Amino acid sequence: MPKITIDDIPIEVPEGTTILQAARMIGGDIVPPAMCYYSKLKTSGGYCRTCIVKVEQGSEKDPRPMPKPVASCRTNVMDGMVVRNITSQENLEARAGVVEFLLMNHPLDCPVCDQAGECHLQDLSYEHGKEGTRNEFERREYEPMDFGDTIKLNMNRCILCYRCVKVADQLTDGRCHGVINRGEHAEISTYIEKAIDNDFSGNMIDVCPVGALTDRTFRFKSRVWYTNPVDAHRDCDKCCGKVRLWNQGDEVLRVTARKDQFGEVIDNEDGSTAWICNDCRFEKKHLNDWVIEGPSDISRHSVISANHYESLRSIQKTTMKMMGAKPHGVKFELGDGALDPNNQ
Amino acid sequence: MSKKLLLKNDHIPGINTLATYKENGGYAVLTNALKNLSPDAIVEEVKKSGLRGRGGAGFPTGMKWSFLAKPEGVPRYLVCNADESEPGTFKDRYLMERIPHLLVEGMILSSFALGANTSYIYIRGEYFYVANILEKAIDEAYQAGYLGKNILGTGFNLDLYVQVGAGAYICGEETALLESLEGKRGNPRIKPPFPAVAGLYGCPTVVNNVETIAAVVPIIEMGGEEYAKIGIGKSTGTKLISASGHINKPGVYEIELGLPVEEFIYSEEWCGGIRGGRKMKAVVAGGSSVPILPTELILKTVNGEPRLMSYESLGDGGFISGTMLGSGGFIVMDEETSIVKNLYTFSRFYHHESCGQCSPCREGIGWMERILEKILDGRGTLADIDLLWDIQSKIEGKTICPLGEAAAWPVAAAIRHFRPEFEAYVTNPDSIKDIKHYYRLKN
Ligand SMILES: Cc1cc2nc3c(=O)[nH]c(=O)nc-3n(C[C@H](O)[C@H](O)[C@H](O)COP(=O)(O)O)c2cc1C
Ligand code: SF4
Ligand code: FES
Repeated sequence: MPKITIDDIPIEVPEGTTILQAARMIGGDIVPPAMCYYSKLKTSGGYCRTCIVKVEQGSEKDPRPMPKPVASCRTNVMDGMVVRNITSQENLEARAGVVEFLLMNHPLDCPVCDQAGECHLQDLSYEHGKEGTRNEFERREYEPMDFGDTIKLNMNRCILCYRCVKVADQLTDGRCHGVINRGEHAEISTYIEKAIDNDFSGNMIDVCPVGALTDRTFRFKSRVWYTNPVDAHRDCDKCCGKVRLWNQGDEVLRVTARKDQFGEVIDNEDGSTAWICNDCRFEKKHLNDWVIEGPSDISRHSVISANHYESLRSIQKTTMKMMGAKPHGVKFELGDGALDPNNQ
Repeated sequence: MSKKLLLKNDHIPGINTLATYKENGGYAVLTNALKNLSPDAIVEEVKKSGLRGRGGAGFPTGMKWSFLAKPEGVPRYLVCNADESEPGTFKDRYLMERIPHLLVEGMILSSFALGANTSYIYIRGEYFYVANILEKAIDEAYQAGYLGKNILGTGFNLDLYVQVGAGAYICGEETALLESLEGKRGNPRIKPPFPAVAGLYGCPTVVNNVETIAAVVPIIEMGGEEYAKIGIGKSTGTKLISASGHINKPGVYEIELGLPVEEFIYSEEWCGGIRGGRKMKAVVAGGSSVPILPTELILKTVNGEPRLMSYESLGDGGFISGTMLGSGGFIVMDEETSIVKNLYTFSRFYHHESCGQCSPCREGIGWMERILEKILDGRGTLADIDLLWDIQSKIEGKTICPLGEAAAWPVAAAIRHFRPEFEAYVTNPDSIKDIKHYYRLKN
């Protein structure tokens, strides 16, 4: 098995593991942020470049000259690799550059965005970005678009991570969702605003890391931090029926799949991904549709967790020492706690 | 002195037809090779020749061919990259237009060497008339038994197709090309896997430039060792250079690698000197993406040695004082050229051509273009110059494919070597407006 070090921490992982996966096995703050990679979606990753790391020393088997910045989500480990993430100032600088690019055309409309509080772009900019932007030119703008009755696309917020395209490709049949136009003008489209009426199309909302794809049935109902997430299930003949309800009092405001600390939909016991169907997501909005299991364990360090979840675990500050006590930029100081990726 | 291997017959009337091409020795190399050489022997000759890819990166062709995976029962493909869209590069067009059979012969020979039974020439959409010329040549080759089943009775089968692109520079990047060839959106793939392992339709594939494939014919004709004697050091053989800009004789030239740059620019045999007797200001030596060099650095290296037309000599000094041979798109600029305006044109091109998959390229190039426009407009600040520098450094090396670098390098080089000119645009815009620039982008 290849042996590598990431930020001076040694780890041995199976052949074919990516640098990002290896870092996730170590856990803590040396895990590169991933905005487009999604382990449950084939061929995802490689687009956003936020997971960039510096391969300081390659493997003897690899003839390519090093050091070299690579996308950790799409680069497999090779024996002897020396990888630097947060112990390389140069790498942090490069990532800050990527964050600046991602925010350049972003409308920064968090106050009116349903994703606020659980948005990966918010987290990313707090943790890895710099204050302000140096862009003085007009931002590009698109008209919001409805994908059928249930999904709203706000292209201004999209970071073109391609996750929703992969969902359309891999989870639904009769794909009619993709990217049109090129370069800066590239946009997500259903090709002529064709409604996506497919049992699993709602999962696009769950994979979208930003507020570009949101649930029309939840639109403007509440802020996520005022809701109370509980895990629940029902017998469903289309999907696993295991969901997370976002409640206010007795009212179910929103239904989503259950997600892990990286924002990815969790696995079922049989190893399949616990995607949920549109019936469960959009039609079952009464508490008596569901068997409640108990409060959800929110393990992401994002704003949603800020006020009231006791089981909250924040990221482990593995290498604070090495970085000369570089403060982690999380907006809300969440307290220390060990994070065990296997303990969901 | 000129040594011609590819263009030795380009002046012969009718050389685009099979009959004339054959009268002048065409298809003799192929006929001989198919009957007397094994595929491996051909690969071996190409390795010995030291031939390097003529599409821009200069990767050793023999080595690329030997990387080709050969799993049982899986087809292999050879794809010729005729997308030629880099500003300043127009050598492949000339070759295909004049001597289409040389490329066809090279394709058959190379396909045989690689064990490919289906091969493609992917040509840019704007070259539709060249595609017609190639189609005609391919038809003739089928009729003469050089293509199709059981070629020349050797049992080797090959079908050769021409596929026309739809006008995207990015489709010249080999994996975007393969996507496009498969009928998909021309987005570069994330590597690995490399095409040699999983290329067209997931099968092992070699992608080579037009000139690279054409060069296989003279290599097999004279033998790899003889070919390697031409040129200088690791820059073996001849190279097509498309010379343009403020020179007396723009055009496509075949040169022996190692020719001094100064001789290439000023000799009557080649570019014939600077137009109107003006002074030369700068040269972009290998297509718009390679670093621009001012006159003193393009003629001599920092060590005072004469700069030669070769991969090594042009690269001498790295990007601090050197550049690249690239695709051979040689653009000469005289003293009246505005480097900033020229750079703006390049940035506008790359901005337009970005596929939009990865964020640094998608967002960064348009940003650089806007800043350059602002500077040209007289609204720039000195901080904008530093910002440009910073943006290019955040694109370079951080993108899926080298289009990011192609856009970043020209910006870096222009600032590195011509910073005072940028500053003049900012601090004293009127003084700059007085120069009669050759390029007038705005009236
Ligand atoms: C944006 C971009 C555009 C390219 N355009 C071309 C092209 O038009 N023609 C070409 O031969 N190679 C082009 N290349 C290089 C190809 O990816 C590839 O390296 C080349 O076709 C390999 O052939 P060679 O080894 O014979 O040079 C381009 C690369 C990039 C990144
Ligand atoms: S809409 Fe969301 S999921 Fe789809 S590409 Fe944009 S950011 Fe990614
Ligand atoms: S997460 Fe790796 S490139 Fe986006």
